[in-house]
Amino acid sequence: MKRRLDLLITLFILLLLWQLAAWWVNRPILPEPRTVFLAFLRETRDDLPFHFAASLWRVLASTALAIATAAPAGLLLGQSQRLNRLFSPLIYLLYPIPKVVFVPLVLLFLGLGDAPKILIIYLILFFQVLVLVRDQAAALRPELLLSVRSLGAGRRALFRFVYLPASLPAILTALRQSVGTAVAVLYVAELYATQRGLGYYIYINGSTFFDYPAMYVGILAMGLLGVGLYTGVDYLEKRLCPWK
Amino acid sequence: MIEVESITFAYPSGKPIFLDFSWQVARGEIWAVLGPSGCGKSTLLYLLAGLQFPQKGQVRIDGKPLTRPRPQTGLILQDYGLLPWATVRQNAELGLKIRGFYGPDGKHAPTQMDWDHNVIPWLERLGIAAVADRYPSQISGGQRQRTAIARTLVLHPDLLLMDEPFSSLDAPTREDLQTLILQLQLENRLTLVIVTHSIEEAALMGRKILLLSQPPIHQAMIFENPGAGLEPYRKSEAYLALCERLRSQLDRA
Repeated sequence: MKRRLDLLITLFILLLLWQLAAWWVNRPILPEPRTVFLAFLRETRDDLPFHFAASLWRVLASTALAIATAAPAGLLLGQSQRLNRLFSPLIYLLYPIPKVVFVPLVLLFLGLGDAPKILIIYLILFFQVLVLVRDQAAALRPELLLSVRSLGAGRRALFRFVYLPASLPAILTALRQSVGTAVAVLYVAELYATQRGLGYYIYINGSTFFDYPAMYVGILAMGLLGVGLYTGVDYLEKRLCPWK
Repeated sequence: MIEVESITFAYPSGKPIFLDFSWQVARGEIWAVLGPSGCGKSTLLYLLAGLQFPQKGQVRIDGKPLTRPRPQTGLILQDYGLLPWATVRQNAELGLKIRGFYGPDGKHAPTQMDWDHNVIPWLERLGIAAVADRYPSQISGGQRQRTAIARTLVLHPDLLLMDEPFSSLDAPTREDLQTLILQLQLENRLTLVIVTHSIEEAALMGRKILLLSQPPIHQAMIFENPGAGLEPYRKSEAYLALCERLRSQLDRA
């Protein structure tokens, strides 16, 4: 309850600052919150939901893909020192590359449509999930594994009762850490070779139609998408990891 | 019940810890294994648990050579080994779930699947029924160790191996649990091997005490301690004298 109140107060202060800035700048490139809010209502009846859904779909699809591939791979590497030794130089080299630089490349190879956007976000999430799940699985205390083995667990039961549940919080932490980056890169990816998505919507309203309130509506929607995903992960963590 | 027959064991990176070492434990005995840190106490326990294997020689339990953890052997470790994401009750049920996962294959679980599936009586017996729905991070160290003990006893073991089970607990909790373990040993006709670095604990709990010195261990001293385990024993002359003897032997080692 306290936290919710704090959030509301912070939101109010931000709106107030925005309003003051709008008065002070007094130019069309910074409309008042009220103008943007009205534009938001107008646009939600127009094609904003369509662009929002396109972006949301891209994020969700790449997230699902990343979890489905990176979590098993991370578990495998975390369990096997040999495999990890084999792959860790590769991961070490690829992990720090900002995946956004691949945007032009991926677009050249995959062309139009959703695939390049999904792939680029997938790449970001993949490495984050892979590394965190791997480290989580590798960090399981040997005593825990020994005592579970002494209860009769072989490889399959260890996987089912120890490694799998242990990877869940790592996946959620990875998502929490990378959801912001993912939305940022989504924006960049949607600037090219598409006519759907919030990135396109912001760009086209700002630089072609000069409809600044609509541009701000797009920014707001992108923010809502980020916050929504973040709180979604938060909610899942509370539901799925009550021991934390 | 346990026959350790001229085993030699070394970790891949080191000198041998056991060299042609032999030892026998009869059914229903209570052994304390005492020694300085790094002497191979825990290794011995892992060898008995079927989690490590000797390079030479054999460990047999009930006449059968060990090739994997034996379903009727329980293992209790110092740091409890509880799943942090499972409640006390779910942790206590873990062994049952693992057995259900494999079915009565005789390898991971006994061929006779006649154990009870209700862990609550065990949680009550161990005094942790009230915290059954809490997570390990929400309960005390003593309660965590009680959970680990419940998890093991639910499976009706005949052999209980304990590695420094009480050393991270405060003194009153430790004494409570020592007494509890001795009661449970009697109630369930367990064979008990308890590894400890504490002279007092060895002298209090072990009816027989195996004293290990520095590796490589070829032979070990054995102390008989028939009076062990009863509460008044803690204050007796025999107990104090034994502690003294163990201490001087350990100093020499």
